[in-house]
Parts: sequence; C-alpha cells; structure tokens
Amino acid sequence: MSAATLEAPGAALAPPKAESRRAQGRLPLRRLVTRAAALGLGLLAWHLAASQKLDLGLVTFRNVPTPADVARAAWALAHSPKLGAHVGASLARVLGGFMAALVAGIGLGLAIGRSRLAGDLLLPPLEVLRPIPAVAWIPLAILIFPSSEASMVFITFTGALFPILLNTVHEAEAASPRLVASARSLGAGRAAILREVVIPAALPSIVTGAAIGMGTAWFCLVTAEMISGQYGIGYFTWESYTLQNYDDIVVGMLLIGLLGMGSSVAVRAAGRLAMPWTRAGGRS
Amino acid sequence: MTDSLTEAPPAGRIAIAGAGIRLGEGAAAFEVVRDIDLAIPPRQFVCLLGPSGCGKSTLLGALAGHLGLARGSLSLDGQPVAGPHPERGIVFQQHTLLPWRRVLDNVAFGPKMRGVPRAERLDRARDFLALVGLADFADRYPSELSGGMQQRVEIARVLINQPRVLLMDEPFGALDAQTRLMMQELLLDIWTRLPTTVVFVTHDIDEALFLGDRVLVMSARPGRILEDIPLAFPRPRGRDLVTDPDFVALKRRCLDLLRPRDGRPPLPRLTPLGLPLAGAA
Repeated sequence: MSAATLEAPGAALAPPKAESRRAQGRLPLRRLVTRAAALGLGLLAWHLAASQKLDLGLVTFRNVPTPADVARAAWALAHSPKLGAHVGASLARVLGGFMAALVAGIGLGLAIGRSRLAGDLLLPPLEVLRPIPAVAWIPLAILIFPSSEASMVFITFTGALFPILLNTVHEAEAASPRLVASARSLGAGRAAILREVVIPAALPSIVTGAAIGMGTAWFCLVTAEMISGQYGIGYFTWESYTLQNYDDIVVGMLLIGLLGMGSSVAVRAAGRLAMPWTRAGGRS
Repeated sequence: MTDSLTEAPPAGRIAIAGAGIRLGEGAAAFEVVRDIDLAIPPRQFVCLLGPSGCGKSTLLGALAGHLGLARGSLSLDGQPVAGPHPERGIVFQQHTLLPWRRVLDNVAFGPKMRGVPRAERLDRARDFLALVGLADFADRYPSELSGGMQQRVEIARVLINQPRVLLMDEPFGALDAQTRLMMQELLLDIWTRLPTTVVFVTHDIDEALFLGDRVLVMSARPGRILEDIPLAFPRPRGRDLVTDPDFVALKRRCLDLLRPRDGRPPLPRLTPLGLPLAGAA
C-alpha cells in the first residue's frame, strides 16, 4: 500500500543493500559527507528557484518563500506560544488514534490469525473498509462524532489501524506449528500459546506495522485538521495559506515531516527495546 | 545434584495395540503405520529403527499426542493417550526453543505453565541446565548456542517436567558426527541418573545399537515392526562397544532388515506432527 512508501523516509534515503543494516550504526565519513552535500544542494536549488522567482510555465516559484524566509518564520514560530498549542494538539490526536489502532489492530489481528471463525466474521467487512481513504471518512466522521476532536482522532485511527492489523494477522497465522506443538507438549494451553509463542513471534512484524501505521496516522491527521480544526500543525499550515503567510506554509510542512519521522523512529526504538532477542545475533 | 533431580518419576509403561495411523485428507490420505502391537516396560530405552518415511516419527507423534490413531489403542500406565501432555516429553530433530526467551527461561517453561513461582522454577531450571552441562549459558538466547547445545537445552527443558516417557525424534540427526557421539554419551549418562522410559527414533543403526535396551526395526511404509531385538550389552557403555563382535553381528542383521527389497526410491521424511518436512523448518 502507498502508506509504506510515504512512511519511511529513512528507507528512501538508504537503499536496502546487504550492508545497510550494519552501516546504519556508523556510516563511513565519505557517505555522511555525500548525504550532507545532497541536502545542501537541495537547499541551494530551492534558494535559487525561489529568490529568482523562477517561472517554468507549468510550475512557478513566484509565491514560494526562500529557505532564509522559512528559517526566519520558523524562528519566529519557535518563540511563539502558539507552537506548543499546535504541536501539542496534533501529538495528542495522533497518539490517541494510534494507541486505539494498536489495541484494536493487535486484538483483531490475533483473533483473525488464530481463529477461522473470527477470520470469517471479521475479514469481509474489514476488507471493504480498508480501501476507503481517510479523506473519504471525514464527512461521515463529522456526522458520527459530536466532538470534532473525536472525529479527528477517529480519522487517524482509520489510517493507523490497517497496517497494524494486516501485519498482525499475517504473522499470527504464520506462527511455527513446531513451536506451538512443542509448547503444548510442555503443558501450555491456548492462552499461554498466544502469550508465549504467537505474540512474540508476531512482534517484529507488529512493530513494522506500527511504524507504518504511525506514518499514516500523521498523514491522515493533517488532512483532518485542514478541514475541521482549532489547533494543530495541519490547521496551522492551511491557516497560513488562507492568511497568505506563505513562509509559514513551508514551516508547517517541514514540522509535519519531522514529527512524522520522529514518531516512526520512536516506535521502532520502542520495538527494539521490547525485543532484546533480535539483538542477540548469531544463528536462529 | 539437588532434590529436584533425584525425585523418581512415575512408572512409564507404554501399551500399543493394533494401532494404525493415517495421514493426509480425503483421497490423498494414506496409511503410515499398520498393526502396531507393542508393550514397553517402565524405564526401558527403546530405539525405533527404520528407513526414511517408514512412519517411526509418526508413531512417536501419536505417543506424544500430536497425531490421532485411525485404529487401535495407545496407553501410558493404563491411561489412554489423548493430546499432548508434559508427562510425555518430546524432543524434535530441530530444536523448538523459544527464540525470545533466554536459555534459563526456556528450561523453566514447563514449571511456569504449571504455575510454579518464578524463583523456584528458575532454581530448578539451573539444576537441569547443570545436568546437561550448560550452567554457564543460562543468560544466553538460543540463537547464540551451537546446534548441540540447543539440543541439550531442549532435553533439559523436557526433563524438568519429570516425564514418564521421553520421546526423541532423531534428536541428534542434524548434528555433526563428533557432536552426535558426545550427545549420545551425555544422554546415556543422564538416563542412568534419571531413569525414564525412552522411545528414540533414528535411522542410524550404530546409534540405535549403542543406546538402546531394545531395537525395534520397522519396515517401509506402511510401517510395521519387522523385528524386536533385545540388546544385552552391559552398561555403562563405552565407544569400544561398536567394534565388539556381537555388536557388529547385530549391525549386519539390521542392515539386512533395512535393505530396500524392491529398489523403490526412499520416501520423504515425515515428522511427529504429520507434516512433510519442508526444508529445515
């Protein structure tokens, strides 16, 4: 799904080569320099296009702020009390929707993956709901939820739910029959097998789903905030456009990117903490 | 060794009567073993020897309670076997340790399932790890151990439940020759200290003759017991046993029994779970 490519900025920067796993820890200096230079070149191109008011017919940079304008606006926002309110509102909505999606996605995923009846009951309706984009949910969400806050949290929930759900289902189904059989021979019942075998086996995949879901949650939140919000980064970005604060538009965009990336990184780091055995290395 | 090791496990008498097992579904179903009649007294070390695919692992799976019988009956100490139970511990060819649990917690898994308090079960697990010579590896993850060490942990994890029967499905088959010999001696050493009924599946004649009180040679599929050979070699057994003339004579007899009659190609290996073995999975 498109969310995967939207989510992982790190994956886009680092091609999945054989050495990439080791290289992530400590990149050789030359590659760091190359990467920094690439960022610098991008900034330079932006600066030139914006300061020269480049007009290519199809696209025009006449109203695009320069990097320096954006930096000044960012500095101003950083010293304004509004920043905390905007970031705080967005973070609260994303975390609310994401946590709800985590609970629902793992719970439903385990049920579907381990029980044929649950799969038959739950999968058809979920498959119908899955392709509906978050934007399409907005009108109905506004009608269903009396509070606009709740409707925005619900939108982020729909975005985060499916990556988590699908990754959980897949790995819960794939839990090794040998490990399950051996656990039964050692006295494990159904609940213990779920707790001791199925969930830990599915955890790496659940963490991947959660990191993707975190990305889509941000993606959906900003859409929701642009339409019905009081505070929030998405609201800030859209408000800047209507107020013709063009510098702030780019500040808002960059902030969304940073927050989205940061929270995905946080999810992966939490995942690594929860799975110490994946760091042990060696054969399996 | 402490008390937890020396408590004698209960008897462990196996009785199999007219047992037949079918695998597969519908038209693809086939008979794996047929007309198995067998009585194993408590604390006997029995080796099931047979060609690949003859159903010896399938029979073991039925004893473990992972496979049902199509015909006949199967009981342990008079109780019919119904489903897996810790009193019938099984060790597979490839280890089934939980990758996310440290070695000590893996060994303590059975007591944990019985609700033994943490401190107590870890103490017991330490005793059993020491029994298999891995006291220093308690805090490692299974992936950090060699294949032979993983199987030792597996054995400790099964024995901590004080099983009446220890079922082993070619437990050393995936190890290199050197390690296999070492593991055979280790197993005999443990078994003399914790006498329990052992049913040991192998296709290695030397291994069966070296370990067992008794070797049951099985035919190709549908597997039946061709011959029941008692082994009177004194214990403790040393490596020079394999050059003993009696040993060599029995080995020749087993080779004759196992020689394919009609030039059919060898059958794929079955597992105690009934599934064909896919790769190393």
